[in-house]
Amino acid sequence: MATITVQRPKLAWHEKWFISPFIKGMKLTLAHAIKNLFLLIGRKEKTTMEYPEQKWDSHLPDYYRGAPALVTDEHGRERCVSCQLCEFICPPKAIKIIPGEIPSDDPWAKVEKRPKEFDIDMIRCIYCGMCEEVCPEQAIFLRKDYAITGTSRAEMLHDKKRLYEIGGKRVGLVNKWNELK
Amino acid sequence: MPPVTQEYEAPDAATKAARQLETLEETTTDLVGEKLVLNMGPSHPATHGVLRLVLELDGEIITKADPDVGFLHRGDEKIAENMHYNQFVPYTDRLDYLAPLANNVAYAMAVEKLLGWELPARGQAIRVICCEMARISSHLLGVGVFAMDVGAMSVFLYTFYEREKIYNLSELLTGARFTTSYTRIGGQIRDLTPDFIAGLKKFLDEVVPVIDETDALLSKNAIFINRTQDIGFISKEDAIAYGMSGPNLRASGVDFDLRKAHPYLGYEKYDFDIPIGAKGDCYDRYLVRMEEMRQSVRILKQVLANLPEGPINVAESKGLLPKKEKVLMKMEELIHHFIIATQGIDVPPGEVYFGHENPKGELGFYIHSKGGGVPYRLKIRSPSFVNLSILSKLLPGHMLSDIPAILGSLDFVMGECDR
Repeated sequence: MATITVQRPKLAWHEKWFISPFIKGMKLTLAHAIKNLFLLIGRKEKTTMEYPEQKWDSHLPDYYRGAPALVTDEHGRERCVSCQLCEFICPPKAIKIIPGEIPSDDPWAKVEKRPKEFDIDMIRCIYCGMCEEVCPEQAIFLRKDYAITGTSRAEMLHDKKRLYEIGGKRVGLVNKWNELK
Repeated sequence: MPPVTQEYEAPDAATKAARQLETLEETTTDLVGEKLVLNMGPSHPATHGVLRLVLELDGEIITKADPDVGFLHRGDEKIAENMHYNQFVPYTDRLDYLAPLANNVAYAMAVEKLLGWELPARGQAIRVICCEMARISSHLLGVGVFAMDVGAMSVFLYTFYEREKIYNLSELLTGARFTTSYTRIGGQIRDLTPDFIAGLKKFLDEVVPVIDETDALLSKNAIFINRTQDIGFISKEDAIAYGMSGPNLRASGVDFDLRKAHPYLGYEKYDFDIPIGAKGDCYDRYLVRMEEMRQSVRILKQVLANLPEGPINVAESKGLLPKKEKVLMKMEELIHHFIIATQGIDVPPGEVYFGHENPKGELGFYIHSKGGGVPYRLKIRSPSFVNLSILSKLLPGHMLSDIPAILGSLDFVMGECDR
C-alpha cells in the first residue's frame, strides 16, 4: 500500500508575516481580474452568464432530462396507449393516468386504448427519466425545458392537453401500429 | 495492525487558555463564572446546512458541545422499503448532494453485491470515472468552503468555477447537471460519449493549475495557518474509536482507504497513493484533501489512457430491462419488459453490506432482502453522521471562533447526515 504523509510547507522568514501572503494573494486575484476584464472586452465565453437573456440551452445534450411531455407521431396519433407503466415506475408518484377507450369508428381503433386523462404534477416530478426509460411506445420524452414555473398549484399540474402541447410532434419513431392489424 | 500510540503536546492556545481558566474558576464567584448556553444554527453559514450546535460557553471557551442533527430528515431508509431497487436510485442523488455520482455507484454496487453480479470492464471503468469526478468535485467545494469559513473568500470562487466544469461534464454524461441518477442495478443508463471523454481530458489539464493556485493561496498563508494549525486535533485512537472515515480519518494518520483495503471496481489496477496526515489537526485535513484531488486526477488519467471497449451493463438475461429496440417490435421482449418493470429485479434473500469510499468517507449500504424486488430493510451508513459524532469531544476547550474552522475541516453534508 502506497501511502504518503502530507508534508507541511516550511515557511521562509518573510512568509511568517502577514504582509507576504497578502501580497501574493493580491497578485493572484489581480491576475484573475485582468483576465476576466479581457474576456469581457473580447466578448468571449465569460465566467458568468446573464441568465434570462443568455441561456445555456445550446450546450444541452439531446438526452438532457428536462420536463416530461407526451408526443404525437407524424400521423397525428397519440403515441400513448395508457399502459400505465410510467405511472407505476415514477419514484415520486407524479403521474396519474385514467385510461380511456378509442371509439370503433376512429382510424386508429385497433390501438384500443389511449389516456382519457394524463396528469403530471410538476411539483412532484424529479426529472429522473424513468418514465421515458420504461415507456414501451415511445410516447413520453424528457425535453430540454428546465424552467418550469407557475404561480399556483393548478398551473403546475400539466394535464393531457398541455403535455401534448409541450411535446408536439416527433418524427422518426418506431410505428409498429402501421404494420399490425 | 496494532494501534500505534504517539503522544503530542497540546500546544494550542485554546487548550492552554482552558487550563488557565480552570485554575481561575476556583477563585471567581458564581456570578462571574456563570456559563452561557448558545445555540449555533440550525441555519448558520458555518454549519453547511442545518446543523444545530448547543454550546456551553465559559467566556469564549467552549466547555460543552452538543450537536443536534435531524433537521433534514426525510426518511430515505423507510422510503426504500416501499419501492423497487431501481426506483431508489434518484433518492441516492440527494444523500451527499455534492457527489451524487459516487452515491449512485455505491448504491448500485451494494445491490449488485447481493445479486452476485459483476460489471464488465468498461462498466467498471465508467464507474471509477464517476467516483473520482465526484471526489474532485466534493473536495474542490470542501476546500473552497473551508477557506471561506476561515476568511479567504477568493479561493472559494476559483474552486467553484472549476466545479462548474464538472457539472457540465456530468450533464454530458448523464443528461442532468445535479440529480444525476446515472446508475441502475447492473449498469449505467448511458455510455460515455466522445464529447465527454474529450471534455474530461481537457478538464484534467485545467484542474491541476487550479489546485496549485489554491495551494499557493492557502498552504503558506500565515492567516490560514494560524487559524487551522493545532486546532481541532483528533488523535489516531479517537478517530478510530469514533468510527471516522475518509479524509478525516486519514488526516489523523490512519492508513485506511477502502479503495486499497478492499479493492472494488478494479481499483487495484490503478496506481495511486493514499495521503495521510502527521498530526490530525484542521490543517492536515486540508492538506489530505488537496493531495486526494491530485491522486484522483492521476487515477482519471490512467482510466482514460486504457479505457476498455465492450458492453457497459451486465448481460441482459440476468434481469435487466430489455433493449428498447426489441421492446418496441417484439412481443416476447415486451412481455419481459413489463414483468421486470412491474416486479423489479428478483433479488435473492440475504443480507449484504457494501462500503464505498465516498469523498466524505465510507458510505455504506446495508440491505436486508427477503427476496423479490423490494428491500425488506435498507440502512445507510452515512459518513457525515459518523464524522460529526466526534464534535462533542472535539469542540470543548476550543474558542468559539474556532468552530467555523473545525466544521469546515470536517467537511460534512447534512443531506447525507440526516438522510
